[in-house]
Amino acid sequence: MVKGKETSYTVSVVDGDGNQCCWWWWWLEHKGTTTTFLIVGLFVVLVRAAVSLHSYSGFANPPKFGDYEAQRHWMEITINLPIQEWYRNNTSNDLSYWGLDYPPLTAYQSFIHGLFLGFVHPESVSLVTSRGHESYLGKLLMRWTVLSFDLLIFFPAVLYFVIVRYGQPSRSRKSDIGWHIAMLLLNPCLILIDHGHFQVCSVLTLTVICVVFQYNCISLGFTIGAVAGVLSGKDLVACVLYCLALNHKQVLISDLSMVTLLHMSAYFVPAFFSHLLGKCLRHKHPLFEVSKLGFYVLGTFAAVWWPYLYSKDSILEVLSRLAPFERGIFEDYVANFWCASSIIIKWKRLFTSESLRLLSLIATVITCLPSIDQ
Amino acid sequence: MGKQKLSSKGVQNSGCTKATLWWFYLVAACIKVLLFPSYRSTDFEVHRNWLAVTHSLPLSQWYFDETSPWTLDYPPFFAHFEHFLSMFAHLIDPKIVHLQEGLNYSANTVVYFQRGTVILSDLCLLYGVYRLTRNLDSRKQKLIWLSAIWSPMLFIVDHVHFQYNGFLIGILLISLSYLEEGRDLLGGFFFAVLLCLKHLFAVAAPVYFVYLLRHYCRGGIGRGFTRLLIMGGMVAAVFAAAFGPFFHLGQIQQVIRRLFPFGRGLCHAYWAPNFWVFYIMSDKGLAFILRRLGFNVQTPTATFTAGLVGDSSPFSVLPQVTPLVTFMMVLLALSPCLLKAWKDPKPQMISRWVAYAYACGFLFGWHVHEKASLHFVIPLAIVAVQTLEDAKHYFLLSIVSCYSLFPLLFEAQEYPIKVLLLLLHSILMWSGFSAQFPDGAETARAPTGHHTEKKVDQRKSNGGFVIGWIERMYLIGLVIVEIWGQFLHPLLLGDKLAFAPLMLISIYCALGIMYSWIWQLTFIVTSP
Repeated sequence: MVKGKETSYTVSVVDGDGNQCCWWWWWLEHKGTTTTFLIVGLFVVLVRAAVSLHSYSGFANPPKFGDYEAQRHWMEITINLPIQEWYRNNTSNDLSYWGLDYPPLTAYQSFIHGLFLGFVHPESVSLVTSRGHESYLGKLLMRWTVLSFDLLIFFPAVLYFVIVRYGQPSRSRKSDIGWHIAMLLLNPCLILIDHGHFQVCSVLTLTVICVVFQYNCISLGFTIGAVAGVLSGKDLVACVLYCLALNHKQVLISDLSMVTLLHMSAYFVPAFFSHLLGKCLRHKHPLFEVSKLGFYVLGTFAAVWWPYLYSKDSILEVLSRLAPFERGIFEDYVANFWCASSIIIKWKRLFTSESLRLLSLIATVITCLPSIDQ
Repeated sequence: MGKQKLSSKGVQNSGCTKATLWWFYLVAACIKVLLFPSYRSTDFEVHRNWLAVTHSLPLSQWYFDETSPWTLDYPPFFAHFEHFLSMFAHLIDPKIVHLQEGLNYSANTVVYFQRGTVILSDLCLLYGVYRLTRNLDSRKQKLIWLSAIWSPMLFIVDHVHFQYNGFLIGILLISLSYLEEGRDLLGGFFFAVLLCLKHLFAVAAPVYFVYLLRHYCRGGIGRGFTRLLIMGGMVAAVFAAAFGPFFHLGQIQQVIRRLFPFGRGLCHAYWAPNFWVFYIMSDKGLAFILRRLGFNVQTPTATFTAGLVGDSSPFSVLPQVTPLVTFMMVLLALSPCLLKAWKDPKPQMISRWVAYAYACGFLFGWHVHEKASLHFVIPLAIVAVQTLEDAKHYFLLSIVSCYSLFPLLFEAQEYPIKVLLLLLHSILMWSGFSAQFPDGAETARAPTGHHTEKKVDQRKSNGGFVIGWIERMYLIGLVIVEIWGQFLHPLLLGDKLAFAPLMLISIYCALGIMYSWIWQLTFIVTSP
C-alpha cells in the first residue's frame, strides 16, 4: 500500500472488494475519468488508424468496386451537382451506379467531405471522370474523413453518455467507467465496418483483411447522444439528436452477417418515441408537451429536408431511394429471422414481394409492442 | 539472493503476474499485427535477402554472395538465426528464400511471415523484462512493462520500419538480469552471444570487462586467476562457435570487412541526434562568421555522409574527425563509469552503467544511426521506477528519443500512428509515474554525509511527479518543431531548404539526449 492520501489495490489476486486483480486501472483512477477517457480514446483512435492501413471493400475490383467507391461517388455528386439533382437520375448522376440511398443528412456529410477532398485532391471527386478512382492520397483522405467525424461525433456522444450514466462515481465504479468506455469505443463491428471489414480470400491460406467503407459512427453517435439525453432528462435534446440519426441512416440492409444489428435507426423509432411520448403524457399538460415534442421533430426534419420540400415529387423521389423494397426481404447472409428460416420455409417462393413487405412490417410491429408498452 | 519459499498466495501472485505479462505482450501483438501493411523500409528486403542467402547457399558463401546489394553484414550468429527462420519461410512460400526470384519480393506471404517473426522474437524481450522485474513489487513491474514492452520506439523501428531490435535487446536484458542476480558467468555468456549477433553492442564491452574482472574474478590471486580463465574460456568458446568456421575457411578477413565497412561518413544521411550535430553546426557557424569577417574559408568538397576520401575533410574550420578520434572520445566518456565499476562493482548499478555506455556510444560514435538510441533507452526503463529523479529523467528521455525516430516514418498514412503511439505512451507514463510518486512521497535514494538534512528538506517539499518548467518548455518546443517541420515549412517555404526540418529535429533532440547523458554521468559519478 502506498503511503499518503491515495490508497490502491494491494498486490493480491483478489482485492478488498472481492474483484479480480484490476491492478491496471489504479493509475488511471488516480487521475479521474478524463484521463481514463483520454487514454482509452487515444488507444481506440490508434486501433482505428491501424485498421485504416488495410485495404477497403471493392479495392481494385471494377466495374462496381465497393462501399469505398459508393462514398467517393456521393462526394463527387454532391459537390458537382445542384442539391435538387442529388436524388434524380440524369446523365451525370446515374442512380444505378451507387445512387444516393440514404437520407439528406448523409448527402450533406458527403458534401462537406467532398469539399475537403476537392480542395486537396480534385481528381478524386471530379464529375464522371473520377469513377473508380483509387490512389494512395485518395484513400488517405477518405480514411481521415471517417476518422475525423468519428472523433467529432461518436466520441463526444460516448463521453456524454458515460458521464450521464455514471454521474458521480464511487471508487469501485471508476473501473466500470473505464471498461464501459473501452467497450463502446472498441466495438469491433464499428471499427471494422467504418474503418475496415473482413473477407476471407480463398486464394491465400491467410485471412486477407479488406476494409469496407462507411460512416456509421455518425448515426450511431447521434443515437448514443440521444440515449444519453434521455438518461439525463433532456428529452428535447434527445429528440433532436435521434431525428438527426434517423436522417443520416434510415436503415441498413447489409450484405454482411456481422453488420446486421449495427444500425437500424428506424427500428429504434417505436421504442424511442413511445418512451418520449409516455413521458409527455405523464406531464401536467400532456397536450402541450406532445406538441412541443412534435414541433422539435418536425423542425429537425424540416431543417434537414429543406431543399426537397418545394414539391411533392421531389420528396417522393428521395423517399423512393431510401426505401429499396425492390431488393427483397433479405440480402445475402444477413443474420435475421427471415434469412435463417428461409432454409426451411422458402419465403421468396411462397409469397410475392408486396405481401412479404406487409408480413415483415406486421412482424416487426408485433415484436416491438412490449417495449413500446413499457 | 536466496530463493524464498512461496506461500500459496505467492504462487497465486506469480500466476497473476505471468498472466498480466502475457496480457501486455498480447495487446502489443494485436497492434503489431494491425501494422502489417504499413510502410516497410529497405531493411525488410535486407532481411529477406539474408533469409535467401542463408537458405540457398552453403556457409562458405554467406559472406561472399553479392546477388543483392544488401549483403550480410551482421556477425555469424545472426546469420544462423536467419537460417533458422528461412526453414519456416521455405515451408510457407519457397519464393521468399529464392536468391534471384525472391529479389524485392513483396507479396503478402513474405510480409506476414517476416513481420510475424519479429513479433515472435519479441518473446525474447518479454523474457528479459520478466527476469529483471520478477522480484519487484507489482506496481513497479507494471510501470516497467509499460515502458519496455509497450515502448513506441520498438513499434516504430521493429514493427513498421522493420528490424529485430526487440529480440537483441531482450538478450541484453537477460544478460543484465543474470548479472544483477550475481550469476556473472551466465551474464557474460549471454553478452558474448549478443556480440556475435550484432557487433554494435560491443560499445558496452569495456563496462562488462571491468565489471566482470572486478566482481567475478575477485577473492585472491589464485581464485581470481582461475575465474578469469573460466570467463575468458567461455567467451572464447562462444566466439569460436561463431567465427571458428570462417577462420577455418580462411574467410575471416572478408567477414571483418563486411562487419566493419569503410566508406561511411561521420553521420548517416539523417543526422543522429548526437554530439557531432553540434560539432558540424559549430563548424558551419564559425565558417560563416569567419567569411563575414573577411577570412578566406574554403567550402569543403567532401560531405559528412560520404566516406573519408583521401585527405579532404568535410569540415571548413574545425579539425577533421576520424573513426579513431570518435573511438577515443567514447572511451574518454566511458572512463568515469569504468572507474566506478573498478572501484566498487555493484550488481544493482550494472544496468545503469551499461545504459550509460550505450549513451556514450550513441553520442560520440562514428556513423551512428538514430535507431541506436533504443540500446540505452530500454535498459534505462528498468531503473526508471527506482527514484523520482529517475522517473522524471526517463519520461523526458523516452519522449525525445521516440520523437527523434519520427523521420524514419515519412509517409502520410503512418503519421497519425506514430503521433498516437508517442502521445498514448507519454500519457500512460505520466499517469503511472504520478501515481507511483504521489505528493509527499519520499525518494528512495539514501542521503550521504552532511547533505542529509538539506536533501531531506528538499525531498519533503517536492510536489510528486511534476515536470520542471525547463523540461516543460523543452517538450512544448518539441511540439513547435513538429508543427513547423510538418505543416508550416511546406506551407511557407515549399521546397526551399528541404533539409531544414530534419536538421532542426536532429539538433533539437540532440539537446535532449546530451542532457540525458550529462544527467546519467552525474548520477553515476555522485552515487555512493
